[in-house]
Amino acid sequence: MSAPAKTGGLVVENLTVAYPLATATVLGVDGVSFTVRPGERLGVVGESGSGKSTTALALLRLIRPPGRIAGGRVMLNGTDLRGLDEAGMRAARLRVVSYIPQGAMNSLNPVKTVAAQMRDAILDHGERVAPDAIARALEGVDLPAGTARLFPHQLSGGMKQRVCIAIGMLLRPQLIIADEPTSALDVVTQRQVMGTLGRLQTETGACLILIGHDMGLMVQFVDRLAVMYAGRLVELGGIEEVFAAPRHPYTRMLIDSVPTFENRGHFVGIPGTTPSLARLPPGCAFAPRCRFAMELCRQVVPPSREVAPGRSVACHLEDVPLAPPA
Amino acid sequence: MPRPPDARPDARPPLLALAGAGKTYGGGLFHRNTVPALQPLDLVVDGEQPPVIAVVGESGSGKTTLGNILLGLIAPDTGSIRFEGQDVWSLGRAARRGFRRDVQAITQDPFSAYNPFYTVDHALTVPLREFGLARRHAQAMELAAAACDSVGLNPADTLGRYPHQLSGGQRQRLMVARALLLRPRVLVADEPVSMVDASLRATILGNIVTLNRTHGIAIVYITHDIVTAYHVADEVLVLHRGVVVERGEAADVIGNPAHDYTRLLVSSIPWPDLDRRWGDADLRGAGRDAATTSKIQETTP
Ligand SMILES: Nc1ncnc2c1ncn2[C@@H]1O[C@H](COP(=O)(O)OP(=O)(O)OP(=O)(O)O)[C@@H](O)[C@H]1O
Ligand SMILES: Nc1ncnc2c1ncn2[C@@H]1O[C@H](COP(=O)(O)OP(=O)(O)OP(=O)(O)O)[C@@H](O)[C@H]1O
Ligand code: SF4
Ligand SMILES: [Mg+2]
Ligand SMILES: [Mg+2]
Repeated sequence: MSAPAKTGGLVVENLTVAYPLATATVLGVDGVSFTVRPGERLGVVGESGSGKSTTALALLRLIRPPGRIAGGRVMLNGTDLRGLDEAGMRAARLRVVSYIPQGAMNSLNPVKTVAAQMRDAILDHGERVAPDAIARALEGVDLPAGTARLFPHQLSGGMKQRVCIAIGMLLRPQLIIADEPTSALDVVTQRQVMGTLGRLQTETGACLILIGHDMGLMVQFVDRLAVMYAGRLVELGGIEEVFAAPRHPYTRMLIDSVPTFENRGHFVGIPGTTPSLARLPPGCAFAPRCRFAMELCRQVVPPSREVAPGRSVACHLEDVPLAPPA
Repeated sequence: MPRPPDARPDARPPLLALAGAGKTYGGGLFHRNTVPALQPLDLVVDGEQPPVIAVVGESGSGKTTLGNILLGLIAPDTGSIRFEGQDVWSLGRAARRGFRRDVQAITQDPFSAYNPFYTVDHALTVPLREFGLARRHAQAMELAAAACDSVGLNPADTLGRYPHQLSGGQRQRLMVARALLLRPRVLVADEPVSMVDASLRATILGNIVTLNRTHGIAIVYITHDIVTAYHVADEVLVLHRGVVVERGEAADVIGNPAHDYTRLLVSSIPWPDLDRRWGDADLRGAGRDAATTSKIQETTP
């Protein structure tokens, strides 16, 4: 394990989240470890239900009971976030860690103006509202100052999403977590919103986690990529290496399922269905859908191994890049 | 009743046709000056060689309005919509029922499509029996289970549940399963894959293309996602603020866009390709620059 206390940025070790269900307790996140350096962008991809949002909520300690963080460590620039008391964590949200949730633009208060919502966010954290704070925050996301007086229904989807980013960036957080911030937006608006988010992050040197389904967006935006499957991190590494030479069969299939410009009209889904967390197979959770599955895979959970600096894979296969199927 | 302008006496009228159909919503509380949501447009959905037509545009460009006109849910306030040559808004009861069966929807909002008080199988089995596709309940359930399988849903984990017990993506897939079951002649699919991940998206879009190629169902695919439009459609219409700014063969429109807005749209696609740059500036590597966003032409109102 690395020595976390000295390194800046975000260090997550062995994060585990348990959801008690009627019949069993399931692990929505199971022993996940990764780091994000200041100024770095980590992408998190994986099927619906693989634990992406749960990971984000756990970092913010927003898992709703009876769900709970069952283990692990979360250090941000030397501060142990799990060690903070409830008041300390409340203060840290937005000021230190900001979260742009899935469907954020629908979470704006419909009866308050943009300015009022921004003022509330600042006051909530016991800060004074500098006279030009709101105008500057709007300028930061390329919105005219007049936007402050408008209500959410008077804004387009892209404008609403940028307001959410402006609110998230008001207090210059050290960690930004954006959960599918653009999946409802057209590509032109998406590019504007991601350009804004990326520029603000570069200016402040914050760590950024981008959760999403869109591999194209990941390739164009993030530095490193984490791939989740059934609550576990199955592959982690630089975006170039992971995308060009994936080591985990699931990552390989995920990349092969992405439509490119050249293979128009070619659809390859991943056969089979996502396993139910309450009925995970005993060994590798991906084994029922994996064309490489061996006897060992059905018995032993593959541990995550570091195969190169900053690059890890959880698979029993020998460590070789997997070629796409012919 | 006057004939549609392009009707030749020997040709069968097209399955579904818009002629100069447009829509302006009444000026509500906040819209003092009413802007047309959809400018008059012509569109033919052929029943002999059923196409996949994609309608692409940003939020608010009029896509759902167009879809709702095709479904007979909104009456156009200019022009007409005809089903097999007959004005949809003056169909008799029996013909109207036929239209409702033949022109089916996958709606944008999978939350609103279900009755929260019934388990989701209701949404599948009721129309099956209503349209006489299954006689007995057991037979309807069997068909429903098979349709679930075909969209990657485990019937045991799905049927018998209430809508709130399924994820957004699962609800969306169930709507696709419903469309598979009813075998309409035209399917209007409004953002059918916005809530699912890439691999599932491929599976579902593959299903939709199969509906077209092997079952001869015409598809109108409505989306904000120009990439999937490129992959599924024969013909693409690009909508911008209620106006069709460009239309044509999909490979042509996207491979060789003519209108400025289409060009902007195409250059904004984040291709999953390490060698392609996202638009005119690279947002990933060293090229991150503060001017990037301001260089992009502002298109949202
Ligand atoms: N409150 C809860 N109680 C029980 N299980 C839950 C709860 N919240 C989430 N889960 C389960 O935990 C797993 C991870 O869910 P999570 O929301 O993190 O997925 P995700 O990767 O964000 O998916 P999506 O792409 O659909 O947003 C899922 O199997 C989900 O059903
Ligand atoms: N019932 C309505 N009353 C008044 N205006 C409406 C109504 N429905 C839609 N509009 C307006 O008409 C325009 C087109 O809306 P429409 O829903 O067709 O867009 P869309 O392209 O489907 O957008 P999205 O991608 O957000 O679904 C928008 O400006 C919208 O605000
Ligand atoms: S551990 Fe085995 S089953 Fe799992 S991904 Fe690797 S090869 Fe496939
Ligand atoms: Mg999520
Ligand atoms: Mg719409």
